[in-house]
Amino acid sequence: MKNLRKFVEKIGSPFSSFIFMLGELGKLLGMIILGLGYAIKRPYLIIKEVFFSGVLSILIIAVSGWFVGMVLGLQGYNTLQRFGSVSVLGSLVALALLRELGPVLSAILFASRAGSGITAEIGLMKATEQLDAMDVMAVNPIKRVIAPKFIGGIIAVPLLTALFDSSGILGGHFVGVTLLQLDKGTFWSQMQGSVSLHDDVINGLIKAAIFGVVVSLISVYQGLQAKPTAEGVSSATTRTVVHSALAVLALDFVLTAFMF
Amino acid sequence: MKRSMIDFWVGIFVLIGIASMVFLSLKVANITSFGSTNNSSYTLYANFSNIGSLKSGAPVKISGFTVGRVTAIGLNSKTYQAQVVMSIDNNYHFSSDSSAQILTTGLLGEQYVGIQSGADDTMLKNNDTITLTSSAMVLEQLIEKFMTK
Repeated sequence: MKNLRKFVEKIGSPFSSFIFMLGELGKLLGMIILGLGYAIKRPYLIIKEVFFSGVLSILIIAVSGWFVGMVLGLQGYNTLQRFGSVSVLGSLVALALLRELGPVLSAILFASRAGSGITAEIGLMKATEQLDAMDVMAVNPIKRVIAPKFIGGIIAVPLLTALFDSSGILGGHFVGVTLLQLDKGTFWSQMQGSVSLHDDVINGLIKAAIFGVVVSLISVYQGLQAKPTAEGVSSATTRTVVHSALAVLALDFVLTAFMF
Repeated sequence: MKRSMIDFWVGIFVLIGIASMVFLSLKVANITSFGSTNNSSYTLYANFSNIGSLKSGAPVKISGFTVGRVTAIGLNSKTYQAQVVMSIDNNYHFSSDSSAQILTTGLLGEQYVGIQSGADDTMLKNNDTITLTSSAMVLEQLIEKFMTK
Protein backbone atom coordinates (compact mmCIF):
# COMPACT_ATOMS: atom_id res chain seq x y z
CA MET A 1 0.00 0.00 0.00
CA LYS A 2 2.78 2.36 0.98
CA ASN A 3 4.74 1.47 -2.15
CA LEU A 4 1.70 2.07 -4.34
CA ARG A 5 1.23 5.48 -2.80
CA LYS A 6 4.86 6.33 -3.42
CA PHE A 7 4.51 5.15 -7.00
CA VAL A 8 1.45 7.31 -7.64
CA GLU A 9 3.19 10.28 -6.05
CA LYS A 10 6.26 9.74 -8.20
CA ILE A 11 4.20 9.65 -11.40
CA GLY A 12 1.88 12.44 -10.38
CA SER A 13 4.39 15.01 -9.16
CA PRO A 14 5.82 16.09 -12.56
CA PHE A 15 2.29 16.31 -13.88
CA SER A 16 1.03 18.40 -11.00
CA SER A 17 4.09 20.66 -11.13
CA PHE A 18 3.43 21.15 -14.86
CA ILE A 19 -0.13 22.22 -14.03
CA PHE A 20 1.22 24.59 -11.36
CA MET A 21 3.65 26.05 -13.89
CA LEU A 22 0.85 26.66 -16.37
CA GLY A 23 -1.13 28.40 -13.65
CA GLU A 24 1.83 30.60 -12.71
CA LEU A 25 2.46 31.42 -16.38
CA GLY A 26 -1.16 32.47 -16.72
CA LYS A 27 -0.96 34.62 -13.60
CA LEU A 28 2.25 36.25 -14.85
CA LEU A 29 0.69 36.90 -18.25
CA GLY A 30 -2.27 38.57 -16.55
CA MET A 31 0.05 40.77 -14.45
CA ILE A 32 2.07 41.71 -17.55
CA ILE A 33 -1.10 42.64 -19.45
CA LEU A 34 -2.10 44.86 -16.53
CA GLY A 35 1.33 46.50 -16.76
CA LEU A 36 1.24 47.06 -20.53
CA GLY A 37 -0.20 50.55 -20.19
CA TYR A 38 2.69 51.66 -17.97
CA ALA A 39 5.25 50.32 -20.45
CA ILE A 40 3.57 51.82 -23.53
CA LYS A 41 3.59 55.25 -21.88
CA ARG A 42 7.38 54.91 -21.59
CA PRO A 43 8.39 53.87 -25.12
CA TYR A 44 12.09 54.22 -24.41
CA LEU A 45 11.95 51.19 -22.12
CA ILE A 46 10.51 49.15 -25.02
CA ILE A 47 12.93 50.56 -27.61
CA LYS A 48 15.84 49.52 -25.40
CA GLU A 49 14.48 45.98 -25.18
CA VAL A 50 13.90 45.83 -28.96
CA PHE A 51 17.54 46.86 -29.32
CA PHE A 52 18.84 44.14 -27.04
CA SER A 53 16.61 41.34 -28.26
CA GLY A 54 16.07 42.34 -31.90
CA VAL A 55 18.96 44.40 -33.26
CA LEU A 56 21.62 42.23 -31.66
CA SER A 57 19.99 39.12 -33.20
CA ILE A 58 19.98 40.45 -36.77
CA LEU A 59 23.27 38.85 -37.73
CA ILE A 60 22.57 35.34 -36.42
CA ILE A 61 19.09 35.38 -37.96
CA ALA A 62 20.24 36.62 -41.37
CA VAL A 63 23.17 34.20 -41.56
CA SER A 64 21.13 31.19 -40.40
CA GLY A 65 18.36 32.07 -42.83
CA TRP A 66 20.83 32.32 -45.68
CA PHE A 67 22.31 28.89 -44.93
CA VAL A 68 18.92 27.24 -44.37
CA GLY A 69 17.81 28.60 -47.75
CA MET A 70 20.96 27.30 -49.40
CA VAL A 71 20.49 23.83 -47.92
CA LEU A 72 16.84 23.81 -49.01
CA GLY A 73 17.91 24.81 -52.51
CA LEU A 74 20.53 22.08 -52.70
CA GLN A 75 18.38 19.31 -51.22
CA GLY A 76 15.36 20.39 -53.23
CA TYR A 77 17.39 20.43 -56.42
CA ASN A 78 18.72 16.90 -55.85
CA THR A 79 15.25 15.53 -55.13
CA LEU A 80 13.34 17.43 -57.82
CA GLN A 81 15.91 16.50 -60.46
CA ARG A 82 14.78 12.87 -60.22
CA PHE A 83 11.29 13.87 -61.32
CA GLY A 84 12.44 16.40 -63.90
CA SER A 85 10.71 19.22 -62.10
CA VAL A 86 13.55 21.46 -60.92
CA SER A 87 11.51 24.41 -62.15
CA VAL A 88 9.44 24.35 -58.94
CA LEU A 89 12.54 24.81 -56.76
CA GLY A 90 11.54 28.43 -56.10
CA SER A 91 8.14 27.52 -54.71
CA LEU A 92 9.61 24.69 -52.64
CA VAL A 93 12.14 26.97 -50.95
CA ALA A 94 9.66 29.81 -50.43
CA LEU A 95 6.82 27.66 -49.06
CA ALA A 96 9.06 25.67 -46.73
CA LEU A 97 10.55 28.87 -45.33
CA LEU A 98 7.39 30.96 -45.09
CA ARG A 99 5.16 28.29 -43.60
CA GLU A 100 7.41 26.37 -41.24
CA LEU A 101 11.12 26.92 -41.07
CA GLY A 102 11.05 30.71 -40.87
CA PRO A 103 8.76 31.11 -37.86
CA VAL A 104 10.01 28.01 -35.99
CA LEU A 105 13.75 28.46 -36.46
CA SER A 106 13.59 32.22 -35.83
CA ALA A 107 11.70 31.61 -32.58
CA ILE A 108 14.18 28.96 -31.44
CA LEU A 109 17.16 31.13 -32.38
CA PHE A 110 15.50 34.08 -30.64
CA ALA A 111 15.02 31.96 -27.51
CA SER A 112 18.67 30.96 -27.45
CA ARG A 113 20.12 34.36 -28.37
CA ALA A 114 17.76 36.84 -26.67
CA GLY A 115 15.47 34.77 -24.44
CA SER A 116 18.34 33.31 -22.44
CA GLY A 117 19.76 36.82 -22.06
CA ILE A 118 16.45 38.11 -20.73
CA THR A 119 16.29 35.24 -18.22
CA ALA A 120 19.86 35.80 -17.08
CA GLU A 121 19.31 39.54 -16.67
CA ILE A 122 16.14 39.13 -14.62
CA GLY A 123 17.69 36.28 -12.63
CA LEU A 124 20.72 38.40 -11.81
CA MET A 125 18.53 41.38 -10.87
CA LYS A 126 16.74 39.05 -8.52
CA ALA A 127 19.98 37.65 -7.11
CA THR A 128 21.32 41.15 -6.43
CA GLU A 129 17.97 42.13 -4.89
CA GLN A 130 17.35 44.88 -7.42
CA LEU A 131 13.75 43.75 -7.92
CA ASP A 132 13.14 43.87 -4.16
CA ALA A 133 14.72 47.33 -4.03
CA MET A 134 12.29 48.49 -6.72
CA ASP A 135 9.40 47.10 -4.71
CA VAL A 136 10.60 49.03 -1.67
CA MET A 137 10.69 52.22 -3.74
CA ALA A 138 7.07 51.57 -4.76
CA VAL A 139 8.07 50.79 -8.38
CA ASN A 140 6.34 47.67 -9.61
CA PRO A 141 9.09 45.52 -11.20
CA ILE A 142 6.54 43.69 -13.37
CA LYS A 143 5.53 46.99 -14.96
CA ARG A 144 8.98 48.55 -15.04
CA VAL A 145 11.19 45.58 -16.04
CA ILE A 146 9.14 42.59 -17.18
CA ALA A 147 6.44 44.19 -19.35
CA PRO A 148 8.88 46.15 -21.60
CA LYS A 149 10.97 43.00 -22.14
CA PHE A 150 7.81 41.09 -23.03
CA ILE A 151 6.62 43.71 -25.56
CA GLY A 152 10.13 44.02 -27.00
CA GLY A 153 10.18 40.29 -27.71
CA ILE A 154 6.77 40.37 -29.37
CA ILE A 155 7.88 43.24 -31.66
CA ALA A 156 11.22 41.65 -32.49
CA VAL A 157 10.21 38.08 -33.40
CA PRO A 158 7.92 38.79 -36.42
CA LEU A 159 10.45 41.29 -37.81
CA LEU A 160 13.25 38.78 -37.37
CA THR A 161 11.12 36.09 -39.01
CA ALA A 162 10.51 38.29 -42.06
CA LEU A 163 14.27 38.85 -42.24
CA PHE A 164 14.93 35.10 -41.89
CA ASP A 165 12.45 34.29 -44.68
CA SER A 166 13.85 36.90 -47.05
CA SER A 167 17.45 35.97 -46.50
CA GLY A 168 16.56 32.27 -46.85
CA ILE A 169 14.83 32.88 -50.17
CA LEU A 170 17.85 34.82 -51.38
CA GLY A 171 20.05 31.90 -50.22
CA GLY A 172 17.88 29.49 -52.21
CA HIS A 173 18.11 31.85 -55.17
CA PHE A 174 21.89 31.91 -54.82
CA VAL A 175 22.14 28.10 -54.96
CA GLY A 176 19.43 27.56 -57.58
CA VAL A 177 20.10 30.39 -59.99
CA THR A 178 23.71 31.40 -59.43
CA LEU A 179 25.32 28.04 -58.70
CA LEU A 180 23.05 25.50 -60.43
CA GLN A 181 22.13 27.68 -63.42
CA LEU A 182 18.35 27.45 -63.13
CA ASP A 183 16.42 30.00 -65.14
CA LYS A 184 15.93 33.15 -63.07
CA GLY A 185 12.50 33.98 -64.48
CA THR A 186 11.17 30.47 -63.89
CA PHE A 187 12.46 30.54 -60.33
CA TRP A 188 10.60 33.73 -59.42
CA SER A 189 7.44 33.12 -61.45
CA GLN A 190 6.94 29.60 -60.08
CA MET A 191 7.38 31.05 -56.61
CA GLN A 192 4.88 33.85 -57.22
CA GLY A 193 2.43 31.38 -58.71
CA SER A 194 2.31 29.15 -55.65
CA VAL A 195 2.87 31.50 -52.70
CA SER A 196 -0.20 33.40 -51.63
CA LEU A 197 0.10 36.57 -49.58
CA HIS A 198 -2.68 35.74 -47.16
CA ASP A 199 -2.26 31.98 -46.70
CA ASP A 200 1.49 31.79 -46.57
CA VAL A 201 3.12 35.15 -45.81
CA ILE A 202 0.62 36.62 -43.36
CA ASN A 203 -0.19 33.34 -41.60
CA GLY A 204 3.54 32.73 -41.18
CA LEU A 205 3.99 36.13 -39.57
CA ILE A 206 0.97 35.59 -37.29
CA LYS A 207 2.59 32.34 -36.22
CA ALA A 208 5.83 34.22 -35.54
CA ALA A 209 4.01 36.77 -33.37
CA ILE A 210 2.42 33.97 -31.31
CA PHE A 211 5.83 32.33 -30.90
CA GLY A 212 7.15 35.72 -29.79
CA VAL A 213 4.54 35.87 -27.02
CA VAL A 214 5.34 32.32 -25.87
CA VAL A 215 9.14 32.65 -25.92
CA SER A 216 9.08 36.05 -24.19
CA LEU A 217 6.70 34.77 -21.54
CA ILE A 218 8.84 31.69 -20.84
CA SER A 219 11.99 33.85 -20.69
CA VAL A 220 10.65 36.31 -18.14
CA TYR A 221 8.98 33.53 -16.14
CA GLN A 222 12.21 31.54 -15.84
CA GLY A 223 14.06 34.71 -14.87
CA LEU A 224 11.59 35.40 -12.07
CA GLN A 225 11.68 31.78 -10.92
CA ALA A 226 15.48 31.49 -10.91
CA LYS A 227 17.14 30.69 -7.60
CA PRO A 228 19.17 33.75 -6.60
CA THR A 229 22.53 31.98 -6.99
CA ALA A 230 24.99 31.63 -9.86
CA GLU A 231 23.91 28.04 -10.31
CA GLY A 232 20.24 28.94 -10.20
CA VAL A 233 20.60 31.59 -12.90
CA SER A 234 22.56 29.26 -15.15
CA SER A 235 20.01 26.46 -14.88
CA ALA A 236 17.18 28.98 -15.48
CA THR A 237 18.75 30.07 -18.78
CA THR A 238 19.06 26.43 -19.81
CA ARG A 239 15.42 25.84 -18.96
CA THR A 240 14.43 28.89 -21.01
CA VAL A 241 16.00 27.47 -24.16
CA VAL A 242 14.72 23.92 -23.61
CA HIS A 243 11.16 24.92 -22.68
CA SER A 244 10.93 27.52 -25.45
CA ALA A 245 12.07 25.06 -28.11
CA LEU A 246 9.61 22.42 -26.91
CA ALA A 247 6.75 24.90 -26.62
CA VAL A 248 7.42 26.35 -30.08
CA LEU A 249 7.55 22.94 -31.75
CA ALA A 250 4.42 21.68 -30.00
CA LEU A 251 2.51 24.90 -30.64
CA ASP A 252 3.63 24.87 -34.26
CA PHE A 253 1.74 21.63 -34.79
CA VAL A 254 -1.45 23.07 -33.32
CA LEU A 255 -1.19 26.35 -35.23
CA THR A 256 -0.45 24.59 -38.52
CA ALA A 257 -3.50 22.39 -38.05
CA PHE A 258 -5.59 25.53 -37.46
CA MET A 259 -4.21 27.74 -40.18
CA PHE A 260 -3.37 25.76 -43.29
CA MET B 1 25.37 52.92 -25.41
CA LYS B 2 23.86 56.36 -25.94
CA ARG B 3 20.14 56.68 -26.14
CA SER B 4 20.22 58.23 -29.63
CA MET B 5 22.39 55.39 -30.93
CA ILE B 6 19.91 52.84 -29.60
CA ASP B 7 17.08 54.71 -31.30
CA PHE B 8 19.05 54.76 -34.53
CA TRP B 9 19.76 51.02 -34.52
CA VAL B 10 16.20 50.11 -33.57
CA GLY B 11 15.05 52.31 -36.44
CA ILE B 12 17.39 50.45 -38.81
CA PHE B 13 16.07 47.14 -37.47
CA VAL B 14 12.43 48.11 -38.00
CA LEU B 15 13.30 49.31 -41.51
CA ILE B 16 15.00 45.99 -42.32
CA GLY B 17 11.98 44.10 -40.99
CA ILE B 18 9.51 46.17 -43.00
CA ALA B 19 11.69 45.92 -46.11
CA SER B 20 11.71 42.12 -45.71
CA MET B 21 7.92 42.08 -45.38
CA VAL B 22 7.55 44.22 -48.50
CA PHE B 23 9.97 41.92 -50.33
CA LEU B 24 7.95 38.87 -49.24
CA SER B 25 4.60 40.35 -50.26
CA LEU B 26 5.65 41.94 -53.55
CA LYS B 27 8.39 39.74 -54.93
CA VAL B 28 7.63 36.34 -53.40
CA ALA B 29 3.86 36.19 -52.99
CA ASN B 30 1.22 36.28 -55.65
CA ILE B 31 -0.35 39.52 -54.50
CA THR B 32 -3.45 39.16 -56.72
CA SER B 33 -4.56 36.10 -54.77
CA PHE B 34 -5.13 38.35 -51.76
CA GLY B 35 -7.80 40.40 -53.47
CA SER B 36 -9.52 37.55 -55.23
CA THR B 37 -12.51 37.57 -52.90
CA ASN B 38 -13.16 41.31 -52.82
CA ASN B 39 -16.01 43.18 -54.47
CA SER B 40 -14.31 43.70 -57.81
CA SER B 41 -15.15 40.18 -58.94
CA TYR B 42 -18.25 38.30 -60.02
CA THR B 43 -19.24 34.67 -59.76
CA LEU B 44 -19.74 32.14 -62.55
CA TYR B 45 -20.74 28.51 -62.32
CA ALA B 46 -19.84 25.58 -64.55
CA ASN B 47 -20.96 21.96 -64.37
CA PHE B 48 -18.52 19.24 -65.30
CA SER B 49 -19.05 15.49 -65.49
CA ASN B 50 -15.52 14.96 -64.21
CA ILE B 51 -13.26 17.54 -62.61
CA GLY B 52 -10.23 15.28 -62.20
CA SER B 53 -8.08 16.71 -59.42
CA LEU B 54 -9.17 20.34 -59.72
CA LYS B 55 -8.93 22.11 -56.37
CA SER B 56 -10.41 25.32 -55.06
CA GLY B 57 -7.91 28.14 -55.49
CA ALA B 58 -6.95 26.88 -58.96
CA PRO B 59 -6.62 29.61 -61.59
CA VAL B 60 -9.22 30.36 -64.28
CA LYS B 61 -7.47 31.28 -67.52
CA ILE B 62 -8.43 32.60 -70.90
CA SER B 63 -5.77 32.38 -73.61
CA GLY B 64 -3.36 31.38 -70.85
CA PHE B 65 -4.00 34.61 -68.91
CA THR B 66 -5.34 34.30 -65.34
CA VAL B 67 -8.68 36.12 -64.96
CA GLY B 68 -9.98 34.54 -61.77
CA ARG B 69 -9.87 31.65 -59.35
CA VAL B 70 -11.96 28.63 -58.44
CA THR B 71 -13.57 29.45 -55.10
CA ALA B 72 -15.57 26.29 -54.38
CA ILE B 73 -16.38 22.89 -55.78
CA GLY B 74 -19.64 21.10 -54.98
CA LEU B 75 -21.74 18.25 -56.26
CA ASN B 76 -25.13 18.82 -57.87
CA SER B 77 -27.22 16.14 -56.18
CA LYS B 78 -29.73 15.92 -59.06
CA THR B 79 -27.44 15.54 -62.03
CA TYR B 80 -24.46 14.15 -60.13
CA GLN B 81 -22.27 16.61 -61.90
CA ALA B 82 -19.54 18.56 -60.16
CA GLN B 83 -20.35 22.24 -59.86
CA VAL B 84 -17.35 24.56 -59.97
CA VAL B 85 -17.79 28.07 -58.56
CA MET B 86 -15.42 30.64 -60.06
CA SER B 87 -14.72 34.19 -59.01
CA ILE B 88 -13.82 36.26 -62.09
CA ASP B 89 -12.23 39.69 -62.16
CA ASN B 90 -14.80 42.38 -62.99
CA ASN B 91 -12.62 43.69 -65.83
CA TYR B 92 -13.22 40.57 -67.93
CA HIS B 93 -16.55 39.48 -69.40
CA PHE B 94 -17.32 36.54 -71.65
CA SER B 95 -20.04 35.91 -74.17
CA SER B 96 -22.87 33.61 -73.10
CA ASP B 97 -21.81 30.82 -75.46
CA SER B 98 -18.31 30.59 -73.95
CA SER B 99 -17.08 27.12 -73.12
CA ALA B 100 -15.09 25.92 -70.13
CA GLN B 101 -12.72 23.02 -69.97
CA ILE B 102 -10.37 21.61 -67.37
CA LEU B 103 -6.78 21.65 -68.52
CA THR B 104 -3.48 20.63 -67.05
CA THR B 105 -0.26 22.63 -66.95
CA GLY B 106 2.35 20.28 -68.37
CA LEU B 107 1.94 16.53 -68.11
CA LEU B 108 1.89 16.30 -64.33
CA GLY B 109 1.14 19.88 -63.38
CA GLU B 110 -1.76 21.52 -61.57
CA GLN B 111 -5.18 21.53 -63.17
CA TYR B 112 -6.94 24.77 -64.05
CA VAL B 113 -10.12 25.95 -65.76
CA GLY B 114 -9.64 27.25 -69.28
CA ILE B 115 -12.37 29.41 -70.84
CA GLN B 116 -12.80 29.84 -74.58
CA SER B 117 -14.80 32.85 -75.59
CA GLY B 118 -17.72 32.46 -77.95
CA ALA B 119 -19.26 34.76 -80.55
CA ASP B 120 -22.57 35.70 -78.92
CA ASP B 121 -23.28 39.38 -78.21
CA THR B 122 -24.89 38.80 -74.79
CA MET B 123 -22.45 38.53 -71.93
CA LEU B 124 -22.42 36.21 -68.93
CA LYS B 125 -23.57 38.00 -65.79
CA ASN B 126 -23.04 37.40 -62.08
CA ASN B 127 -24.24 33.91 -60.97
CA ASP B 128 -24.66 32.67 -64.57
CA THR B 129 -23.70 29.14 -65.52
CA ILE B 130 -21.41 28.17 -68.37
CA THR B 131 -23.27 25.37 -70.12
CA LEU B 132 -20.69 24.25 -72.66
CA THR B 133 -18.09 22.28 -70.74
CA SER B 134 -15.65 19.51 -71.39
CA SER B 135 -14.27 17.43 -68.57
CA ALA B 136 -10.80 16.91 -67.26
CA MET B 137 -8.47 14.57 -69.04
CA VAL B 138 -8.05 11.64 -66.70
CA LEU B 139 -4.85 9.81 -67.47
CA GLU B 140 -6.19 6.45 -66.27
CA GLN B 141 -9.17 6.63 -68.65
CA LEU B 142 -6.91 7.47 -71.57
CA ILE B 143 -4.65 4.53 -70.80
CA GLU B 144 -7.70 2.27 -70.42
CA LYS B 145 -9.01 3.28 -73.86
CA PHE B 146 -5.61 2.72 -75.34
CA MET B 147 -5.30 -0.72 -73.71
CA THR B 148 -8.75 -2.03 -74.69
CA LYS B 149 -8.62 -0.94 -78.32
